[in-house]
Amino acid sequence: MSMMKNFMGWIDDRYPMTKVWNEHLAEYYAPKNFNFWYFMGSLAMLVLVIQILTGVWLAMSYKPDAELAFGSVEYIMRDVDWGWLIRYMHSTGASAFFIVIYLHMFRGLMYGSYRKPRELLWIIGVIIYLAMMATAFFGYLLPWGQMSYWGAQVIVNLFSAVPVIGPDLGVWVRGDYVISDATLNRFYALHFLVPFVLAALVFVHIIALHKVGSNNPDGIEIKKGPKGNRWDDKAPADGIPFHPYYSVKDIAGVAGFLFLFAAAVFFAPEMGGYFIEHPNFEPANPLKTPEHIAPVWYFTPFYAILRAVPSIAGSAFPGVVAMFASILIMFFLPWLDRSPVKSIRYKGMLYKVMLWLFAINFVILGFLGTQPTTDLYTLMAQIGTIYYFAFFLLMPIYSKMDKTKPVPERVTE
Amino acid sequence: MSADGVDLKKRRTLTLATSAVGAVGTGFVIYPFLAAWAPSEKAKAAGAPVEADIGKLEPGQLMRVKWRGKPVWIVNRTEQNLQDLASLESVLLDPASDDTGQQPSYCKNPARSIKEQFLVAVGICTHLGCSPTYRPELAPEDLGADWKGGFFCPCHGSRFDLAGRVYSGVPAPNNLEIPPYQYLSDTKILIGADGGAA
Amino acid sequence: MKKLIVAFLLATVPLLGLAAGGGVHLDDADIDLGDQASLQRGAKYFMNYCLSCHSAKFQRYNRMAKDLGLTEDEVIQNLMFTTDKIGNTMDIAMTAEQGTEWFGSPPPDLSVISRARGVDWIYTYLRSFYLDEKLPFGVNNLVFPDVGMPHVLWELQGAQKAVFKLEKKGSRGNDIQVFDHFEPVTQGTVSAEEYDQVARDLTAFLSYVGEPIQMERKRLGVWVLLFIAVFFVMAYLLKKEYWKDVH
Repeated sequence: MSMMKNFMGWIDDRYPMTKVWNEHLAEYYAPKNFNFWYFMGSLAMLVLVIQILTGVWLAMSYKPDAELAFGSVEYIMRDVDWGWLIRYMHSTGASAFFIVIYLHMFRGLMYGSYRKPRELLWIIGVIIYLAMMATAFFGYLLPWGQMSYWGAQVIVNLFSAVPVIGPDLGVWVRGDYVISDATLNRFYALHFLVPFVLAALVFVHIIALHKVGSNNPDGIEIKKGPKGNRWDDKAPADGIPFHPYYSVKDIAGVAGFLFLFAAAVFFAPEMGGYFIEHPNFEPANPLKTPEHIAPVWYFTPFYAILRAVPSIAGSAFPGVVAMFASILIMFFLPWLDRSPVKSIRYKGMLYKVMLWLFAINFVILGFLGTQPTTDLYTLMAQIGTIYYFAFFLLMPIYSKMDKTKPVPERVTE
Repeated sequence: MSADGVDLKKRRTLTLATSAVGAVGTGFVIYPFLAAWAPSEKAKAAGAPVEADIGKLEPGQLMRVKWRGKPVWIVNRTEQNLQDLASLESVLLDPASDDTGQQPSYCKNPARSIKEQFLVAVGICTHLGCSPTYRPELAPEDLGADWKGGFFCPCHGSRFDLAGRVYSGVPAPNNLEIPPYQYLSDTKILIGADGGAA
Repeated sequence: MKKLIVAFLLATVPLLGLAAGGGVHLDDADIDLGDQASLQRGAKYFMNYCLSCHSAKFQRYNRMAKDLGLTEDEVIQNLMFTTDKIGNTMDIAMTAEQGTEWFGSPPPDLSVISRARGVDWIYTYLRSFYLDEKLPFGVNNLVFPDVGMPHVLWELQGAQKAVFKLEKKGSRGNDIQVFDHFEPVTQGTVSAEEYDQVARDLTAFLSYVGEPIQMERKRLGVWVLLFIAVFFVMAYLLKKEYWKDVH
């Protein structure tokens, strides 16, 4: 034991190992009333690790070449020992990442985790989400199937809709006049790079979190409450050390998540065409557009917004602006919410209805984005788009009007 | 740290049990990633046994066949070559081919071959993987008067006789590798598969 | 309330799965990938009828031998016509240029066709050729209008014609032609039921070729889930034990 102590002492003199352990785990006091929604952060980190690990392994056999890419994916699926498992973990992981992150973001919306002093924490989170979307978009081209190809074609053409510089911008992004070998190669490089940027952002996200402390379902600042618990006289009374309490809890959460994840990987890797789209089993063919192009499900709410906005003077630019605005508007959320309380538990009916409608609306937009447009669907998407923006833009008004309940001093069980 | 009412023993047992199951699970996860580095089905198919036609191989000639990306030599040894093999034993490192890893058991004989006349060997120096040069001539200037024909590695000067046996005192530590092979007919050799397990 | 919402979100995902497809009605292929005899028959039909124009260039013969319970010699003797190396994939001699010249476009590779189209589509496709003089090969297909290939299994099935009826289904209440049923024109060498089985065997084989690992994947999956379930129970007990401290 003393040898171990000496060794740790040697390390600690040179690297703050024990200090980091204590600050971020053993003596990081998190509110004791975390619920189901608070699993998502650690699960997102787990999925990021899965994605990077499986991704690096896929890169060992994948060929970023328009002639070889499709075949190299099938090579991984058939000829590489266990390649199928690594590939399905990666393709399922992509969707799992977005499921977990959407739940994580919704948790933030519910409990006001973006409110002061966590504005920067939220903003870093939105940047992480953008990095994720970029990574997913680059990665989706790599299998070089019909959906990969035409999905990228459609999205890159969004840049071409920018007035004046648009057409040149599109060519520049592709490095060619259509999606081509050059595009595939640069997307591959970026798909490899951005996840590491993402990992660095996650690190910053956690540093920011540990600076301000975790929010909780009651939206109460435990640091401002009474002090003293069974572990430390000066620690918040409603806090418990992250380790071992939340580490063991998160391990159970990880097991639960892995059960669902493995169920998808082993029994439904295509998930009915939502995780892996059927037309992507046809090699990319620049001369033949699939009957119906839909992005992968996690992009479809934004795709629905894009399509819902009518073009003005023959330019699709307004739709493009709306789509990017629908994502960028999240940055302003901390200043849009004027409610005196943070958590939905103490907000009034007005806010609750607005939030639940927002969630349902998001799912409906997501569904509409997978569908071919019809008059009815376009109308629905337009209503959905208006509601999506109204939720954010009217928030300063309705969050203030809302009749809130008194917030207790201490967290509830 | 207060430990009031805490069943430390139960806690330790559960921690240990969960860690153990977790460690086994981690092992299960790691295995596919390691296994993925093994030669793929494509590599195995490309490394499948190859046929060589030795019908036109003149005495004293060497032919090269590619098997698993490596050069495999087939040498038609002359009567003189075979007689010379025995005379070299004193200067060789492993004249009796006792290192069983360097040839199939059916080639552990003085000529290191199935049929004495034909040497089949992987043409890669056992030192650092260069491909030695075929030097069949007797007593050339650069190799000395005792040279009875064999292989000379230009990289670090290792020498092998015409049975692929390494000389003593050269960098190469082992005899040349004899691949598994079999005769399909008098003039056809299949390299890469034993007779028994085709 | 929250649990309800989660349940709602989770329930929506499979619902969306119904969204794809549409158009012609597809028959249930009802294949059984555990039935090796069916797969072996399917392999035989595939090699004899498909693999001269269509390749399956990602499928290796030796892998098929192993997965279908055949010896490599059996495959070499009976099923391998396009190569002499058991480790090779199911390639064909026809080039894309020749395919374009003969059929208008190169016949697609069939390695993952079952994943692109679905097994029901393939099963229905194989049974839905009908006589149509307007097309170069004299046949059309219900699920693949203006198909560019002949009905290679016509000797087995016999020729059939499609009977259409008029229905007021058009967008302006106008009459449009709707498929009603098939009528045999010539007798095939096998009965209709036997032909359905041929189509089913071939579909099963193509499904296998689409993802050779799929049976193994599901078999393994059961063990993986069981293992994770055990781990979950342990982790849950551990959590419960530690959380006794938290009041």
